Amino acid sequence: MERVVDPLTKKPSVLRAHSETIGFIVMVAALVVAPFVTYPLFVMQALCFALFACAFNLLIGYVGLLSFGHALYFGWASYIAAHAAKVWGLPPELAILIGTAAAAGLGLVAGSLAIRRQGIYFAMITLALAQMMYFVALRMKFTGGEDGIQGVPRGTLFGLFDLRNDMTMYVFVLAVFLCGMLLIHRIINSPFGEVLKAIRENETRAISLGYKTDRYKLLAFVLSATLAGVAGSTKAILLQIASLTDVNWPMSGEVVLMSLVGGLGTIFGPVVGSFVILAMQYKFSFLGEWVLVIQGVIFVTCVLLFRRGIIGELANKLRIRL
Amino acid sequence: MFEIFGIPSQALFGQLLIGLINGSFYALLSLGLAVIFGMLNIINFTHGAQYMLGALTAYLILQFSGLGYWPSLIIAPILVGIIGIVIERFFLQWLYKLDHLYGLLLTFGLALIIEGVCRNYLGSAGLPYTLPESLRGGQNLGFMFLPNYRVWVIVASLTVCLGTWFVIERTRIGAYLRAATENPTLVRAFGINVPRMITLTYGFGVALAAFAGVMAAPIYNVSPQMGSELIIVVFAVVVIGGMGSILGAVVTGFTLGIIEGLTKVFFPEASNTVIFVIMAIVLLVRPAGLFGRRA
Repeated sequence: MERVVDPLTKKPSVLRAHSETIGFIVMVAALVVAPFVTYPLFVMQALCFALFACAFNLLIGYVGLLSFGHALYFGWASYIAAHAAKVWGLPPELAILIGTAAAAGLGLVAGSLAIRRQGIYFAMITLALAQMMYFVALRMKFTGGEDGIQGVPRGTLFGLFDLRNDMTMYVFVLAVFLCGMLLIHRIINSPFGEVLKAIRENETRAISLGYKTDRYKLLAFVLSATLAGVAGSTKAILLQIASLTDVNWPMSGEVVLMSLVGGLGTIFGPVVGSFVILAMQYKFSFLGEWVLVIQGVIFVTCVLLFRRGIIGELANKLRIRL
Repeated sequence: MFEIFGIPSQALFGQLLIGLINGSFYALLSLGLAVIFGMLNIINFTHGAQYMLGALTAYLILQFSGLGYWPSLIIAPILVGIIGIVIERFFLQWLYKLDHLYGLLLTFGLALIIEGVCRNYLGSAGLPYTLPESLRGGQNLGFMFLPNYRVWVIVASLTVCLGTWFVIERTRIGAYLRAATENPTLVRAFGINVPRMITLTYGFGVALAAFAGVMAAPIYNVSPQMGSELIIVVFAVVVIGGMGSILGAVVTGFTLGIIEGLTKVFFPEASNTVIFVIMAIVLLVRPAGLFGRRA
């Protein structure tokens, strides 16, 4: 895993010292303007995926764990939230909360199993567990099988804001996304986050320093699953549908691709990556099945030539952290 | 006809047989994965796509040259093995010094490409592959009907698995291979061309997958997505067995196939998930896997 050049060893300038803050401001500004220059629905959907990718990136980028089954938390949270909103008639904030809680619970179970093995096995275990829960979703009645849960009501947020209005919905999705980003920022810059990075660099040494690395890894896993759950639940309310696509393995692959394109282990990479991949899917939707091939080609190109991703390359050029 | 635990013997043995068949595919594929991982340190996600390519090649050979099952059983693995060698030379060889994860990501991308291309030209519907004349029919054992082809699949895959074990554990070339797995630099110092060995190993592992694919073609239809679902199950099999031992991979593959078959009889709702559940239990009880060494 490559690392961004440490900015502290270089001459400190305003841009360098505050590159993350500046990046954040630029991103917020772009997202405030975005719904007026492009389809709001597209931006909202991309924001959900961006949060999903950031959650995934928390594991691979800062703990060095490749979860190949993140669709499990995204998809199941989306099912539970959709069910809560449609069948139980709960308001959107509670539906999202319940979906998120479900993802956290699933993350706790899957995580405590997966962290028992390292490296490549970890990826295979997370993938296998996600596939298992895909079959469960396929079998269970409430998920609606091939049809999924359709016609989920958007409802009224806190009894005040009518989410059927796209602009209100946009503000809500943006708020959820930014809260998620800030939480991730808080996590990776906390003492806990420093331990996570130590585990990524050298787990054996972290153990010898007295850290119970399994506990740290499990907590990071649960946090990541929870955030993926927030993204999945919000997506279910936004698009008013929860379906098998969201729990199946190609979705797990897609979130890996988004983070890889944007830049693994960067803060803004997964956001940029998800916008790029989603825009590509929209633009090339007329190509049908070829989109799959294009995604494969991007995977191969990124791994062979472009391992830092878009934001990673940019940060490396400017020698700043992004 | 008689009954065992209230299940007609016909159904029970029928499912056992299907279990053994699935088990032989699990064994062949996890064996290939283990051999490749041992040499290349890469988990070959493309394995499922290469299995599919094997079946597809057999189908195309039959369509365009009229050559039947038996020539295909040799030609298809060789062709797909050559594709594997090309993949190794063009893509994989640049990854050996990087983190394992990149190998997984790259082969995942390749699997998407192969599956996507095949889907575009063939659609996702299955293409039927007719059984060879010589293997049609079956034996009536009294308590069940035993199709000849299924017996052949089990025997053939057992033979190939044991043959692979023999080559790796008991011959000179296998000794080189094992030595190169342990310490490639040292083996190179002895004048053995390790990079070529790595390339050929990948080609061989891929050929094993294609061989399984050809044998699967008459049983399941040939379809572009036949490999992707299978490969995830095989990953679970590999996690259960651990990749340290060849015989371990074979035994685990067959056993899990049988367990899956039995689950279909006694508790059909769980037949899709039983292998994953077993994986979870093994991770709780023996985190290193049944035959694995602690990594």
